[in-house]
Amino acid sequence: MKQIKKFLPEIIGLLLAITVLSPFFLVVVNSAKTSADIVTSPISLPSDWGQMLINMKNVITNQNFSYWNSFFSSVVITVVSLLLLIVFSSMTAWVLVRNKTKWSNFIFMLFVSAMVIPFQVVMLPLLSTFREISSFIGIDMLSSYKGIIFAYLGFGGSMSVFILHGFVKGIPYELEEAAWIDGASPEGTFFRIIFPLLKPVQVTVLILNGIWIWNDYLLPSLMLGLNGKIKTLPVAVSSFVGSYVKQWDLILTAAFLAMIPIVILFLFAQKQIMQGMVEGAIK
Amino acid sequence: MNQSIKRTLSVVAFAAGILSMIIALYLDITGSENSIRGQLLIAGALLVLLGLYFYPTKHHRKIINMLFLFPLIFTFAVTVVIPFIYGIFYSFTDWNGIKFDNFVGLQNYITMFKSTDYVYSFVITFIFTVINIVSVNVVAFALALLCTSRVKGKNLYRAAFFLPNLIGGIVLGYVWQFVFNKVFTLIIDGSQSMLTDPNLALAAILIVSTWQYAGYIMMIYVTGLQGVPKDILEASGVDGANSWITLTKIKMPMIANTFTVCIFLTLVNSFKQFDVNLALTNGAPTRVLGGKAIAATEFLALNIYNTAIAKNQYAMGQTKAVVFFIILAVVSLTQVTISKKREVEL
Repeated sequence: MKQIKKFLPEIIGLLLAITVLSPFFLVVVNSAKTSADIVTSPISLPSDWGQMLINMKNVITNQNFSYWNSFFSSVVITVVSLLLLIVFSSMTAWVLVRNKTKWSNFIFMLFVSAMVIPFQVVMLPLLSTFREISSFIGIDMLSSYKGIIFAYLGFGGSMSVFILHGFVKGIPYELEEAAWIDGASPEGTFFRIIFPLLKPVQVTVLILNGIWIWNDYLLPSLMLGLNGKIKTLPVAVSSFVGSYVKQWDLILTAAFLAMIPIVILFLFAQKQIMQGMVEGAIK
Repeated sequence: MNQSIKRTLSVVAFAAGILSMIIALYLDITGSENSIRGQLLIAGALLVLLGLYFYPTKHHRKIINMLFLFPLIFTFAVTVVIPFIYGIFYSFTDWNGIKFDNFVGLQNYITMFKSTDYVYSFVITFIFTVINIVSVNVVAFALALLCTSRVKGKNLYRAAFFLPNLIGGIVLGYVWQFVFNKVFTLIIDGSQSMLTDPNLALAAILIVSTWQYAGYIMMIYVTGLQGVPKDILEASGVDGANSWITLTKIKMPMIANTFTVCIFLTLVNSFKQFDVNLALTNGAPTRVLGGKAIAATEFLALNIYNTAIAKNQYAMGQTKAVVFFIILAVVSLTQVTISKKREVEL
């Protein structure tokens, strides 16, 4: 009895962790079963793990899901958006902090107040605006990588600038003055001195935006369409579920495949991800 | 490079850029389908920027400022500011997603507040938000206490509780649909799936939202609890305070700010709930109210989406979205006011 009491917190923690993780367990075991097995015994361990490979092969080669293409699209969209977002929002934050005019104040306030705007209120006019721009200048902005990356820059910009702005303020101006005196150009000062100093907070911006863009469903589903030539992973899963209703063996395998990349990333960068997301919230 | 050569070159680049942009715009306005006009426009814009960048002048710093601000402000204006202004404007018209013919004044707003399905969606979102704030914060705070206690393997638990938050709501929604439809019905033998009953389906969404979000809020509470100074806790221990008193009289008042942050985060997040709602129930099942069948679990974000995309009523969807925005703006302003007030008090 005494033994049990001593380990009570550990036991509670373990039980809770198992409960929280159980849906993931169900996904893994059931993606190694046939459709018939899932219906009769969804909780048991699979009789033959080899079934998982068969299911995966079915899902990966499926036209609606086309895993490698969707995975590739998700990676391209997320990585390019993040790189541009980091560079552009750092540049913006730096200029806004170092130039104290009423204009810079106004622009900053505009970015901050835009953080309140929910996606729903801009999504419909966004589609029509992009459609008009596409037909006017002859560049496809709706179902193309450049269009969706452009949109992510616009939507991710305000929060990124807000977070970076606070950090740039804390960098002593003397550092830049010293560089000036040594004859450095303004852009050289920024890229060689300021930009590297922003690294810790850039990680936060990277993680917050990265998780959001990777998992985002509404924007890509509206811009790229559910059956367009470019699909992100969440859109692919949704489109797959739409055409294979109740085929749980395939749906769960698709879900499993969609989860793997981010779970692997989390295993490697657990601390940074958790810290980054919390810091972003507190600011 | 020689100053004057540099100057000439940058002026040439600038002029060539302007010229090619003018040609591109001319092609656009005359309705040419020539596919080169897009590239011409972009190349022109790049040449203008290059010309500005290399032009040797005393005002170089000012040019750099403009060039640095340009990319983000441009994308921001096109994706957020312009659609936002259009959006508010369209809510007073009979816009159909492409064009509008008439101003209808406040007609959309009046129709909206008179329609049962919208009012229902409003109420159900409100109920969901209130319960979800409580359940997420209670669970998250309890988990945070566990994860800051002397328990072994804290980091493992933290990671486990946090994980659901990293996976997108769409994928999780489908997974939980499976859990509710196939697993729970088997564990409680012969029972109906929770998703077929209007009230239980709401409970199902609450379970999934709490499961997904509590780990994240937990981490914020953990950060808050770790910020409580050790010497205060030691002093209270010396004075003979038991752990319950330490918790309610010292720890909780000291992290009051964290509570505010967490409650508002959950409030905004619950109110905006979309992904799980779409993938788990998509509004189903239906409930009969006043002789009309109404989607029982259709929250506001999903209601906006379905009105515009599924029913093709763009102006109505946009009107609902504007009201959605106003509510969120009021919530955020309230939060800012509360935090400012607290800062003054401290």
